[in-house]
Parts: sequence; structure tokens; C-alpha cells
Amino acid sequence: MNSLNINSIIRFVVLVLAQALIFNHINFMDSVNPYPYILFILLFPVNNNRTLFIFLSFMLGLFVDLFSDSGGVHAAACVTIAFARPPILKFAFGMVYEHQNIKFNNTEFGNRVIYFLILIILHHLIIFSLEVFNISNILLVLKKTLFSSVFTLILCILISVLFSNRQR
Amino acid sequence: MQQIINFVIRNKTSLLFLLLFFVSIALTIQSHSYHKSKFINSANFFTGGIYESASNVSNYFDLKTQNEILVEENNKLRSLILNGIDSMDTSISKIDSTSYNGRYKIQTAKVINNNYTSSKNYLTINKGEKHGVTEDLAVITSKGIVGIIDNTSNGYARVLSILNTKSRINAQLQSSNHIGSLVWNAKSSAMVQLTDISKFAPVKQGDTIVTGGQSSIFPQGIPIGLVEDFILDISGDTYTINVKPFNDMTNLSHTYIIENLDAQEIKQLENPVNE
Repeated sequence: MNSLNINSIIRFVVLVLAQALIFNHINFMDSVNPYPYILFILLFPVNNNRTLFIFLSFMLGLFVDLFSDSGGVHAAACVTIAFARPPILKFAFGMVYEHQNIKFNNTEFGNRVIYFLILIILHHLIIFSLEVFNISNILLVLKKTLFSSVFTLILCILISVLFSNRQR
Repeated sequence: MQQIINFVIRNKTSLLFLLLFFVSIALTIQSHSYHKSKFINSANFFTGGIYESASNVSNYFDLKTQNEILVEENNKLRSLILNGIDSMDTSISKIDSTSYNGRYKIQTAKVINNNYTSSKNYLTINKGEKHGVTEDLAVITSKGIVGIIDNTSNGYARVLSILNTKSRINAQLQSSNHIGSLVWNAKSSAMVQLTDISKFAPVKQGDTIVTGGQSSIFPQGIPIGLVEDFILDISGDTYTINVKPFNDMTNLSHTYIIENLDAQEIKQLENPVNE
């Protein structure tokens, strides 16, 4: 339990710094940036205190906001996906989640991609609609969401595969 | 009473979610109005410090281009000295503080964080209140304008970039005195828009756009960019001009902060206190 907490704290700090110093400055094709810091929310242990989880997600978003000067955009998106996570877990993993013994390293690859994809699209949609904040620019929002989501999804899968400590 | 407490305890997750969500929405809306995003910004001790140490490292990768830009500027200034100010036709001479009888105070600053991909972009520079930097000072480079300082901390300041949908800067054609506002439509980081130029103005492709003299922030005549193309508005009265900035906004390092020493006086004159 203790090592789990330390693990989470390290993950929190590393992901925020990586987002602020590296991923915010990728600017692929002039305007596409990935947001893989939400891996913290995606991979947070399931059988934990939900209130604490939502609060941590808020802090995560707020720190990213601090670094990228975006008001409360990331905080709002992070809180929302943290709140919406349980039903999406249930949808993506089915029975395994019901028994509360889910380990992300041992789940099926396809299920994990679906789970990542839904949360990433939700997160990005909220970010960009709040950031642009203009209903007449809805096309711009959708375009940004699409491109960034693909980018984030690829990075999230790569990172989670590279750093998973699966026992063979 | 018991039931209310029970209700709160039962729904504490949803209530916490709603509370935090509204806090973040409030922060977002606050950041959308000019001059109000005080709390969440990158010009504080914590984020400024981290950006500064990161830029100390990444500076080395950029030394060559930055040196070339500085040499180019030195070159311009040298020819200014040798030829006398009159024979110089580029507007760079207007930036020279001596030609303004000391109305402007100039100091240098370095960009430690630069964003240009979202619709509201900010830069962070490594000068703050302890260097005498306050809100509403102009930030330029040797090539053209960058933005306006909108938030300061002790050691750092945040600059509202011209690539920000909130930014409105008074600008004019160099060849005539028709003025308009420089805005950004968030479409491309290589193009800004000049709106409200009268249809009688002689606009040509390739014309130079400079800052207008109507703001107390920017001195008149600081270069902004070249006219790329222009269309008449639907109303038929004004042009909207696409301007290609001289500055490569994606690659900024050394900047100058310009303080108009008369700004206070001008403001007082324009907004007299009502008795």
C-alpha cells in the first residue's frame, strides 16, 4: 500500500513536468499537442478512495493549467473524466471490473485501447471547447480534438507498454 | 437534519465533483476576460523557476540562430550610427530611445516559456517586479512586436502574445495614417489580422504594418508585418487584412521591454476624475 502511494506521487510529478516541459512544446504540424499526463488518471488503481481520486485529478489538472496558462481548462476536464471513469471501466472491461480485482497490466490489449480512447476523447473535447469557448468555432474544436486524441492515444499506449512491469 | 447529512454523505463524490468542476469553470471564465486571470498563471515563483532552469538547458540548442539575429541587429544599429539617423529608412530607428528624448525606458528580457498552439497564448519572461516591470508594458524584439505584459510576479512576467484572441493592439499602415486593430483569429500562428481599416486606405500587397501612435503602450512605428492579402468586410466599409508578422513567433529568445514614462500622464488626461 505504501509503495503504491509513493509510486502515485512520483507518477504525478513526472507526468506534470513532462507535460509542461516536453509535450506542450511538441507542436506537431504547427498546432497539434498531445496530453499524455492524463495517464495518471487512466492508470490510477481502481480499488481506491473515490473522493481522494477526484481531488487528486483536480490537482493534476490545476498544475498543468498553472504551467500552460489556461485558467481552469485542464482541471475541469480532469475532474470530469475522473468522475466518469467507473461507468467507462465497466463498459470497457465488463465482468473483470465488477470483481474489483482489475490490474491494468493484465487486461486485454483491445479492451485497454477502448478504455483509453473513450476517456481521452472526452477529456480533449472538454479542454478544447472550454479553451476556444466559442460555439461558432465548433469545427476548430472538433478538428483539434480529433488530431490531439490520436496523438495522445498513441503516446499513452506506448508509455503504458514501455513502463509496464509485467511478470513473464 | 439527519436526512440532509445522510444525503451529503451518500453523495459526497458527486458533490465534490460538482464543486471542483464549478471551481475550474469559474477559473476558466475568469481567464477569458482581460486582466483578470490573477491566480492561475505561469508567472509565479514556482512555475517561473522551473521554466527558467529548463530554458537554461535548452538555450544551448538555439545559440546559433539567436546569435545571427543579434548580429543582424547590431549591423542595423551600426549602420544607423555611421550613416546618421536621417538616411535610415527602416522603422527600426524609431525604437532607438534617444530619438524620443528619453520618453521610453528599455530593458532586455529573455523568453523562458513560449506557447503558440492554443487560442490563448502567453509567453513567460525572466524579468519581474524587482526589475521594475509592471503590467501594460510593451514587449518587442529587434524585428517586431511580441505582445503586452499582463501579469507580473517578483521575478517573472507573463506576456499576452499577439497570438491570443484577447489581444487587441492599435496598428496602422506605414504609408498612410489609417488606423485599425490588430487581432488574431486563431487559425494559423504565421498570420494575424488587422481589422477596421477604412476602405479609403490605399492598401497593397506587401505593404508594411506598424504600431499606431494611439496607444500609450507601444511607441508609434514599431514594425509588425507585411500585408499578405485583404478583403472588404461584408458591411463594405472596412478592410480585414491578413498580416504576416516579421517575427517568427515560434522562435523567440531575446526581447526588449519598453516602458512609456508618460503613460500615467496620458491615462490621467484621458480619464479625468469625475467630481
